[in-house]
Amino acid sequence: MTNAWTDIRNTDLVVIMGGNAAEAHPCGFKWVTEAKASRGARLIVVDPRFTRSAAVADLYAPIRQGTDIAFLLGVINYCIANDRIQWDYVKAFTNAGYVVKEGFGYSDGLFTGYDEAKRDYDKSTWDYEIGADGFAVVDDTLEHPRCVWSLLKQHVATYTPELVSRICGTPQEKFLQVADWISQTSSKTKTMTSMYALGWTQHSKGSQNIRGMAMLQLLLGNIGVRGGGMNALRGHSNIQGLTDIGLMSNLIPGYLNIPRESEATFDDYMSTRGFKPLRPGQMSYWQNYKKFFVSFQKAMWGDAATKDNNFAYDFLPKLDVPTYDVLRGFDLAFNGKMNGYVVQGFNPLQAFPNKKKLTQALSNLKFLVTMDPLETETARFWENHGEFNDVDPSKIQTEVIQLPTTCFAEDEGALVNSGRWLQWHWAAAAPPGEAKSDAWIMAQIHLRLRGLYLEQGGAVPEPIVNLQWPYKDIDDPQPAELAREMNGSALETVRDASDPTKVIAEKGKQLPGFAALRDDGSTACGCWIFSGSYTEAGNMMARRDNADPDGVGLYPKWAFSWPANRRILYNRASADLDGKAWDPSRKLIEWDGSKWAGYDVPDIAPTAKPRDVGPFIMNPEGAARLFVRTLMRDGPFPAHYEPFEAPLVNIVAPKIRGNPVARVFKGDLAQFGTSDEFPYAATSYRLTEHFHYWTKHAYQNAVIQPEFFVEISEQLAKEKGVTNGGWVRVWSKRGSIKAKAVVTKRIKPLNCDGKIVHVVGVPLHWGFTGAARKGFGPNVLTPYVGDANIETPEYKAFLVNLEPTTPPVA
Amino acid sequence: MNYEVSRRQFLGAAGAGIAGTTLAAMGFAEAEEAHAAAIRAFKLLNTAQTRNTCPYCSVACGVILYSKGDLKKGEKADIVHIEGDADHPTNRGTLCPKGAGLLDFVKAPTRLKYPMLRKPGSDRFERISWDEALDRVARRLKDDRDRNIVVKNASGVTVNRWATTGFLAASATTNETAFMTYKVVRSLGAVVFDNQARV
Repeated sequence: MTNAWTDIRNTDLVVIMGGNAAEAHPCGFKWVTEAKASRGARLIVVDPRFTRSAAVADLYAPIRQGTDIAFLLGVINYCIANDRIQWDYVKAFTNAGYVVKEGFGYSDGLFTGYDEAKRDYDKSTWDYEIGADGFAVVDDTLEHPRCVWSLLKQHVATYTPELVSRICGTPQEKFLQVADWISQTSSKTKTMTSMYALGWTQHSKGSQNIRGMAMLQLLLGNIGVRGGGMNALRGHSNIQGLTDIGLMSNLIPGYLNIPRESEATFDDYMSTRGFKPLRPGQMSYWQNYKKFFVSFQKAMWGDAATKDNNFAYDFLPKLDVPTYDVLRGFDLAFNGKMNGYVVQGFNPLQAFPNKKKLTQALSNLKFLVTMDPLETETARFWENHGEFNDVDPSKIQTEVIQLPTTCFAEDEGALVNSGRWLQWHWAAAAPPGEAKSDAWIMAQIHLRLRGLYLEQGGAVPEPIVNLQWPYKDIDDPQPAELAREMNGSALETVRDASDPTKVIAEKGKQLPGFAALRDDGSTACGCWIFSGSYTEAGNMMARRDNADPDGVGLYPKWAFSWPANRRILYNRASADLDGKAWDPSRKLIEWDGSKWAGYDVPDIAPTAKPRDVGPFIMNPEGAARLFVRTLMRDGPFPAHYEPFEAPLVNIVAPKIRGNPVARVFKGDLAQFGTSDEFPYAATSYRLTEHFHYWTKHAYQNAVIQPEFFVEISEQLAKEKGVTNGGWVRVWSKRGSIKAKAVVTKRIKPLNCDGKIVHVVGVPLHWGFTGAARKGFGPNVLTPYVGDANIETPEYKAFLVNLEPTTPPVA
Repeated sequence: MNYEVSRRQFLGAAGAGIAGTTLAAMGFAEAEEAHAAAIRAFKLLNTAQTRNTCPYCSVACGVILYSKGDLKKGEKADIVHIEGDADHPTNRGTLCPKGAGLLDFVKAPTRLKYPMLRKPGSDRFERISWDEALDRVARRLKDDRDRNIVVKNASGVTVNRWATTGFLAASATTNETAFMTYKVVRSLGAVVFDNQARV
């Protein structure tokens, strides 16, 4: 989230699209009802299902799953056509006037440079024209035919209300009403918040769904303001934190990157990470990249990371592919190229697409280690449970080691919520039996490996035996110690760069924040964006002062919000060109003539003059990007692509199936179904009463929602002879499930381009362990393909068939 | 003192008092004492309170864990009740149907208690010791890493890449656990490494 849960109270319009906060984030959704009750805010819900969020909406519009980009580009088109644009904001704070290189274009659903064989683009034309002064060329009049504004206008012109309705199945009058309400927030004194979740990410073009809304929010001037923003409602309690700390194939904590093998040396690596400003005087904050990186290396390898060995650059692995994400990992296992998997607090058998493929992949492993507080289907993938897990244990040669861990109530530390708050929590009891904390287990694994490498030698022992291990009890690193490492400390006394007489941190002390980091090895910092969370003043994440000065909703002394305890990102954009709040009733920070000050920590250098420095300080432009240059694989603008399994062809570009640059592994393509064989559009989702695959283990939740079901419309039920509460079989090209049918008015057939599309809803909370009844999950059915940029699987849109059947045999 | 406790105690005492006065007037003073003695103390009265956050969705509602025995004082502690934290700015004491069932997660019969091993081809888990489990894990990891880590690629560039054992990190473990995990996994050169945020 750019903003915080408690800030939703400040909005005028909530748009829930790609999520269902009332059911998946109920206590956060209370801030929506608060905004409605206290300030007359309105709520729009756009969803294939009439959800509980929709039930309290002022306006509900149905949409076919996987067509959000067409809808959003349609709204942008409407705003442009009706001059509902926050012009001052767009001209000053976005790249609308930047001139794009000659040769860039878009036709038939493809941008310039497409290579069909590689399923990739040559992106050389997707960038700005650079002037003789070395800066991007800008036309402030927005009239240049190749400026971003002209290209955007042209790009979205296709998406008329009529076309949107044909693609999305949204009745035209509903779409127009949504567009009208949204467009009204182009007023300087009206704002809108976007609340989205996995309903947008879990598509083969998930990243572009989100970009579509981000672009719209920029055009309306709704980023950086109270009650506005792009608010990703993360799925789990610390998915934000685990992403921040970079537990992903290609990441280093704080959104730094693992090197590619093309970056043979540290100089190669840094050569593309200079982040030289693209406009005069801009902060381009990533210019500090080297400070963050070197400080991370010092946190990892201490004295073994020296200037002479390029701060242990070669201790890091170098990638030969963009990522070894989960889809690639289990595809490798499926093809017999993996030997082991260590699975911590994760249930891939249930959580990844195409369960049949996953079962084979797990069966091909020599060993599987699981760490979890609860039984998981993954740890027991080899166990026969009749139709629910139809395997023969004697034929599965995988050794499984299952390790019991603590749960939240028995562990101490911080989680990062959606709003970037790092909140500390404390343990109340010892774990059951011999269960141990995950940190203890990981430490034990390291210490044993370290011992083996010291005794016996082996391949590349240096990164292991030199791993920094500054813990009082080496067997049991404590949460506070680890938190202090992430915050960072001074290895040598750190002095003010402009005034060496001023000491920022004495040697050995905790750093006050990331501004103190250095690139010469004199500071160590495990995760630069968390710097400031555990300083010499103590554990900022454990703060519990819930004061909220003037009721603005920021709670600045409650816990710690990264970065730098900033509560609303891009908050300089809440003020106009001269630094005065666009909306005096929603003041956040203002320019007082010499500095920025107000309720929040300014997201800009405190003395940066308003007309000199742009608010989007992480970008070399200083401006936000409506046109994203070469930074996304599937285009500098979003474009409508159908899901890989769609009930109709792409109306805009009939020759294109799915996202033209999404990665598809060999074998998976043949496993995509078509609408003649699988006529119904299925989607997966959560319920109010359950959380993922955990709460089926909790008796109370198992009682209130005991049994797997699928939801279908009354019309489809009638067509197929299905009764409410009767058993149905649902199958895709990849597998078959049985469920009780809930026949409901909440799902209605959609009319898309004259074709009736039936939606089948498949909730995801069941399996073959726990207190609830055994059941199937949607991932028996879902396709093995991910988003073109970040490889999140396409769980939300796939094709199935359906018929009445008999109950399953356990 | 917790406001809730004092309010309920007050109401309880007042109720007994009113009944007692009436009874006493009728000559039943002993009954008053017996009735007062029979009132059960509020069950959270002697519990320790620990602040925590809900481990499910990313709203991260504040919760209070009530335990018999106080872990902070080194006592054996048993969690007997969990409710929303009224001081928390986001949820202000409320919980949803997921969070309201947290005690049953902590106490679930399917909580894991011991390290277990499933041998190849077997149809059951068997209990093993921590030492045996961890030694086995370390041995498997080292053997596979030593055999399959790519030290240099075809062009002679040092890549130190290990891609034959994968690591999946969690979604609800703490930042501190995450950093410990990051350090240990990356020091091995592992690249097949993801967390739940990917899906």
